[in-house]
Formats: sequence, C-alpha cells, structure tokens
Amino acid sequence: MMTRPGLDHPRLVREVPLLQARGLCRRYGAITAIDGVDVSVYRGEVLGIVGESGSGKSTVLRLLNLEEPADAGTYYLDLPGYADQNLFTMDRYYRRQIQIRHIGIVYQNPYLGLRMRHTSSGNVAERLIMAGERNFATLRQAARGALSASEFPLERMDDLPIRLSGGMQQRVQLARALALRPMLLLLDEPTTGLDVSVQALVLDTLARIQRELQIATVIVSHDLGVIRALADRVMVMRHGRVIEHGLTDQILEDPQEAYTQQLVYAKL
Amino acid sequence: MRLQQLAHPRHDYSYAFLDEFAKRELRRRILKAIAIPGYQVPYASRELPMARGWGTGGLQVTLAAVGPTDTVKVIDQGADDSVNAANLRRFIARMAGVQTTTDTLAATIIQSRHRIPEERLREGQLLVLQVPVPEPLTHVEPSVTRARQMHADADYALIWLELHEQLVRYRTFTGGADYPVVVYGRYLMAPSPIPRWDTPMLHQAAHLTLLSAGREKRLYAVPPYTDVRPIEFEDVHFQVESQAGRVCAQTGAVNRFMNEVPQPDGSSRYILSDTGYAAKLVRRTQGEVVEIGATYYDEQGRFYHTEFLHHDD
Ligand SMILES: Nc1ncnc2c1ncn2[C@@H]1O[C@H](COP(=O)(O)OP(=O)(O)OP(=O)(O)O)[C@@H](O)[C@H]1O
Ligand SMILES: [Mg+2]
Repeated sequence: MMTRPGLDHPRLVREVPLLQARGLCRRYGAITAIDGVDVSVYRGEVLGIVGESGSGKSTVLRLLNLEEPADAGTYYLDLPGYADQNLFTMDRYYRRQIQIRHIGIVYQNPYLGLRMRHTSSGNVAERLIMAGERNFATLRQAARGALSASEFPLERMDDLPIRLSGGMQQRVQLARALALRPMLLLLDEPTTGLDVSVQALVLDTLARIQRELQIATVIVSHDLGVIRALADRVMVMRHGRVIEHGLTDQILEDPQEAYTQQLVYAKL
Repeated sequence: MRLQQLAHPRHDYSYAFLDEFAKRELRRRILKAIAIPGYQVPYASRELPMARGWGTGGLQVTLAAVGPTDTVKVIDQGADDSVNAANLRRFIARMAGVQTTTDTLAATIIQSRHRIPEERLREGQLLVLQVPVPEPLTHVEPSVTRARQMHADADYALIWLELHEQLVRYRTFTGGADYPVVVYGRYLMAPSPIPRWDTPMLHQAAHLTLLSAGREKRLYAVPPYTDVRPIEFEDVHFQVESQAGRVCAQTGAVNRFMNEVPQPDGSSRYILSDTGYAAKLVRRTQGEVVEIGATYYDEQGRFYHTEFLHHDD
C-alpha cells in the first residue's frame, strides 16, 4: 500500500487485530453448536454478537476464553511471545497462563463466574493469587482498586456475592475480570436479568472502562439496545454460523439478511 | 548354582508380619516418595490385625522398613503410654523382634501419631507419621480428580485464597493442626495433624520423614535436608501456637508443646506432651545421669533455624 507523506492510513487499517480466530467449530454429541465461525477484534474495539437463543454465542465465548477445546479452528492473540502460537494446540499449562493474565470474562449467570461462598474481595483477589501474588496488603489494595473501578460499593467488598443484588454481582464479576488488566474482555449478556435502570448503570460503567482501558471486547447480547450503545462492529449468528457482519450502524440501520431484518425490526 | 540355593529357605511366617512381596511393594513406593518430595504415592494398603484409622498406614511403613537391629519408639500425641501406642509397639516388637524404647535419642525408627518429639532427630533416624487425610486440598477442592490436576500444575491458588478469606473474616489464620506446607518448593503437603508447633521441625531436618495413610492408601515423604514451608503471605506470617506462660507442672519445663489439664477449680495446669522427654527430665532431677538431646526450640521459644519463624505479634 502506498502512503503519502503526512497522511497515514487509519489505525485500524495499519494494525493487526489483537484476536484472530478462524473456522471455529464445536460439537456436543449430535449437536453442532458452532460451525466455521471467524472472529477478529482490534485493540480498543468492541465486537457485538447477536443471535437467537441456541445460535452458539456463548459457545464462541467459551472457546475464546480457552475453557473448552475446539473441534476445529485456529485462535491467535497478538501477545508478546505468543503471536504466532495457535492457542488451541498449546500446552494446557500455558493456555491457562494466558487465560489468567490476558483474558477476562463476565458470565450471564453469576454462579458461573463467582465463588458464592467466598468474599467479593476474595473473588477479585483470586485472579492475582493465580498470577502468583503472595502479598496480602497488595491483594487488598488491588481488590479495592478493581472493585471501585467497576463502581462497586466498597463498604460491601467483604460480603459474600450470594448476599448481593444481581447488578452488584455483575460488578464483582467485572472487577474480577479486569483485576489483571487483560488484553481481551469477554462479556456474555452482562446486563440480562437486571432491571432497566440498573442495566443502564452497568452499561455506563462498561462504556467508561472500555474508553479508559482500550481493551479489545467481545459482547454477547440479545438486546440490540446494548449492542447499539457499546459495539463498534456486529456479528449476527444463526444455527451456529455467522450470517451477517459489519459496522454496528450498517447492520442495525440497513440489515441485508432476512433474519437480521426480522431481528432489528421486531417490536413487542 | 541352583535356584534353591539362591532362594531363602521357606518359612511358615514372614519376618515383620507382611509377606515379602508386600514389603517389596511398600519399599518401592517409599523410594518413589523420597525421590519426589511431598508427592502422594498410591500403594496397596494391606490388611493388618487392626482397624483402618488406627495407624495401619504408619504401621505398614514401619514393618517394611524395620530390621532386627532397629530400636523402635511409638508415640500417640506425644505419649508412649497411650493404649494405641502400646499396642502398636507390642505388635512391632513381636513381629520384628526389635528392641523398643521411649527415649527419642535411642530410637532408630519413631512411629508417631500427631506429634514430633521435642528433641531434635538426627541423620539416620526415621520418623513415620500416621496420616488420616493425605490430601491437603480436600477442604478447598472436594473433587479428587481436580485436586490431582491442581497438584500436577502446582496450581495452589485456592489454598492461598482460603488464607485470604481467613484474614478478611477473622483477621488471623485459623488453620490449626495439619497446617498445609509446600515441600521443596513444589508439592503442597498435609503434614498429618501435628500441631503448628511441630510444623517447622520438618524444614531442613536431618532425619527422613515418611507419612502414610492406610485407609486412603497414600504415602509420601520429606527427605533429609529438604525445604518445608508452611503457606503464608509475604506480609502476614505463619505462627506456631504460643506456649508463653506455660510451665510444665511435672518438670518445670517451658517453651515446649504442653497439654492442658483442666482443674476442678476451673483453672488449668500444663504438662509436657512429649512423655519420653518428660520422663528423662524427671529422672535427671532425681540425680540420674541421663542424656538429653538438643531441642528444636530453646528455653526462650526460639526455633533452631533462626531465620525460619517470623514473629509478627
Ligand atoms: N455443554 C453442552 N452440552 C451439550 N450441548 C450444549 C452445551 N453447551 C451448549 N450446547 C448446545 O449448543 C448450542 C449453542 O448453545 P449456546 O449456549 O452457545 O447458545 P447461545 O447462543 O449462547 O444461546 P442463549 O442466547 O440462549 O444463551 C445449543 O443448541 C446448546 O444446546
Ligand atoms: Mg448464551
């Protein structure tokens, strides 16, 4: 590509995506949950995934979080020392190191993401403990920092998550996911199940954190409002495949696929 | 030479109760355990004329290691004279034809439940600890499969998380006996329910320690001169049970592990938990010449590896 002096190509054209996954497949027995899904996300970008229930959105996130093996596909993260390593074929030990240090996840169901019988601060501190931190004062400090960054009321930091409201639980999950400043943040329906006003507050927090930390984020939601508020680009999934993708405005204002049109124009 | 000449003559009873095949299996497991400090080696726990849970694990190790020239001491919570210790001692003596003793210095093999003697063990001595629960992760990870994977990955985050929770909730570590330790910087190990007072005694010890659980069929080892570190934070340290202000009513000893004896008036008296050591102190005050070994802690309560214990207070 030619570049004229003083006029650079835009950042997104020059940069390599942080995350590049190709041909992701995952089967559960006879069920094909996802089939040939490609995902790429740039630093500082938010990718939204929408689609009906059972279309494989959560499965994509589980694979990206290295929780489950893929039946086929490659997965690269542009991290120092790991850039040309397919993470799916890497040794379990190193996969776990990457998961701990570079990936944060928030689940729709807080029971999947939190230890309900440990304190909220302990849930956050655990990420640092996993990364080898053995100083109690540092752990407390980091938990306080991460919880206040996700706008969690600090006077309740030592309460058990089981005694917290849904919105607060999601904030603990978020603090836990961000405690080690990951490169990649995965959000699976982070605001579903919260009432509208709490949902708006959590969305504000997510938007602010995204702005400040410039993390690469993948957010799954069936709520197009959430996607509109946060995502730069959108992928529409159906029956385990990506049927349409593009810039958020493009997809939401001018959907091409019949299914996406239905999704966008569906009104209660 | 004929095979018959090479083989041992046939006996109706085998030495030290266990048959030779069982002893060979145990010895191979013991060697493996010594080669991988702190790693739990599975073994085929044999039937003994004693119920599981009464020290059958320790007994099997003792029977596999003992020879006619050994001198054996058996203690239960520090006491040579408890029923359980006396039974085990009598059984070992009968089956192996060895001398027994209550003197730590005279013993070559010491089988113990829940204590390490106050006098320092030396090179060549063997300490066999009876273990009820060999898996240190049981209370943080109920799944045995996952616990094994955590050992394989040296992934002990959960146990430090547990310490974190104790400090947050109670401002202090609440772990009592069987305080988890990391052996040789690698494996997390349950040191059997010895009091925290005894835990440091395993660190860089001159003697070999073998730990064996008969019911759970696992044995593991701390070889001589191996690092054994109780889990602690860099800024909040492991503490032993304070023995400050406790004086043995029988011998006047201080800064040893004491048993509390409640008195009818509601007060408490203390006596030494290590009865073999107490007996020697008594005999010395009666004018006898007795050899008393150097102890792990001095009279001021300082541990002999001076840098090992931190005193936060
Ligand atoms: N552990 C599993 N075992 C068997 N089938 C599974 C498993 N996890 C997911 N599936 C199946 O894979 C398909 C995709 O599920 P997934 O949870 O990814 O969908 P989703 O798009 O996240 O749906 P939702 O919007 O309801 O959360 C579904 O048919 C589901 O039943
Ligand atoms: Mg889902």
